[in-house]
Amino acid sequence: MNKPTLTVSSSPHLHAKADTASIMWSVSLALAPASLWGVYVFGFRSLLVLGVSILTALLSEYLLGKLYKEYTLWDGSAFLTGLLVGMNMSPSVPLFIPFLASVFAIFVAKWVFGGLGANWANPALAGRVFVFFSFTTPMSSYVAPRTLASALPDALASATPLSLSKTAVSGGTLGFDGSSLLSSMGYPATDLAQNLSAMTGISAFTIDTFLGNVAGCIGEVSALALLIGGLYLLARKIITWHIPVTYLLSTAILSWIFGGIPSGLGMFGGSFLSSIFSGGLMLGAIFMATDYVTSPISHKGQIVFALGCGFFTFLFRYFGSMPEAVSVSILLMNIFTPMIDRYIIPRKFGDTRAFRKKQKEARA
Amino acid sequence: MSKMKELSKGLFKDNPIFVLMLGLCPVLGVSTQVSNAIGMSAGVMFVLLFSNMIISALRKIIPASIHIPAYIVVIASLVSFIQMVMHAYVPSVYNALGVYLPLIVVNCIILGRAEAFASKNTVVDSMLDAIGMSIGFALGLTLIALIRELFGSGTITLFPMGNFSGVINIPWFYDNPIRVFSLAPGALLIMGFLKAFFDWNSSRKKDK
Repeated sequence: MNKPTLTVSSSPHLHAKADTASIMWSVSLALAPASLWGVYVFGFRSLLVLGVSILTALLSEYLLGKLYKEYTLWDGSAFLTGLLVGMNMSPSVPLFIPFLASVFAIFVAKWVFGGLGANWANPALAGRVFVFFSFTTPMSSYVAPRTLASALPDALASATPLSLSKTAVSGGTLGFDGSSLLSSMGYPATDLAQNLSAMTGISAFTIDTFLGNVAGCIGEVSALALLIGGLYLLARKIITWHIPVTYLLSTAILSWIFGGIPSGLGMFGGSFLSSIFSGGLMLGAIFMATDYVTSPISHKGQIVFALGCGFFTFLFRYFGSMPEAVSVSILLMNIFTPMIDRYIIPRKFGDTRAFRKKQKEARA
Repeated sequence: MSKMKELSKGLFKDNPIFVLMLGLCPVLGVSTQVSNAIGMSAGVMFVLLFSNMIISALRKIIPASIHIPAYIVVIASLVSFIQMVMHAYVPSVYNALGVYLPLIVVNCIILGRAEAFASKNTVVDSMLDAIGMSIGFALGLTLIALIRELFGSGTITLFPMGNFSGVINIPWFYDNPIRVFSLAPGALLIMGFLKAFFDWNSSRKKDK
């Protein structure tokens, strides 16, 4: 009998080498610049926080995998969750906080619902929100980055532009946005930012928030490093532009138009650029809102999802009680994801308007 | 069914909170402190015992077409009674329970037991059923409150007696309370996990 030279198999015939593990490790790689920058400016302590959150996440995944008899430890999803949890922590938090956040993320947000792919909420965000509402004070006490620490007055050591403007508004100070408030209180800017500011005319504080010379969570301070990671993911086609671009633009435009109202600057008084660069928006928009499991499948749905995230981020930032809003906005839209997927269905092949008209005529 | 079974079924097999899932509104609302949970359980126990007794005694007199209003009248008078007693003798618990105490009137456990049990069984059986059910309710509510208070505030609040101030501080949690547990999401989380545990436990028993 001749050996068949033709292999008969069902479709698909073209394979890309994209499996869960390669995607998860690529995303972790894309987060490397931002986390390295965080470790550089906040020192050894932040490395410890990252280490605790990652190890806890891996350990929880291992133990639960044993219980469920599914060995998913090395697909990288738990590593990524742990990394994101750590990047969302202030560098000065007591170490039990990242521990609890990772346990909650893996155990409650992910495995209770059936493991990777079955969770309705982004595990890392759920973990962060869990500890944020439990330990609000340590979670919102920040330390100054190394690049500014020598020139910084003590009173401002833990101020972020968002928390400062929130405090100012609730204290009745009007007529400021985050950046001008920082400068009026003597917050220093790096020399590089001042030089760039002289060249471009953009506020030096906005440039410093872009570069990452500002107090904040370990992984969120440098918008530049996050952008580099985001571009890498776009180039690898792991994410598409729909969610991050829509999310960033909708928050920025809404902040620009309405963001000045609570601080007394009126319509079109908010700042466009610093609203994108400050807080966890860049991290959230590029790495958390784009989570495959908890975002809609179709591009149209993704745009609706991202618009919702942008709207709620803007709303909570300027009219809510918390200084940071990205995590809760994304979680809120995670809840809407099944509904978006249900009502925004991609057009079937051949289902054109002409085809439908023909069908209608045939029926009539 | 034997008398003993009428009494014990409310504890685990038909536990009102974890199996029948009745009366969850006060369970989620007042389970932030152990003392509140005990106060609430006492109120429910009193009302359930007497409502089951009275309704079971009147079961042949109450016309079927207006049985719900009739039950509500009985229950509401009992609740008003317990409310005044609590207001007079344990004002701190009365204040902590707030709106949940008058809401016992529409508590599903009481109406549910009246409808499902007391209206069809003898007075003695109904009383045994009420005792079992309310002990089951008390156990469940106190368990949830214990977990929530322990994690959420790091204390266990009981009633002050003699030298004992009534509040036990738990060393580590008192300094680092996991506040989410004393907020609403914590109640739902604990409730969900305990429900899952009880379901797992009963399915394991069935498999044997």
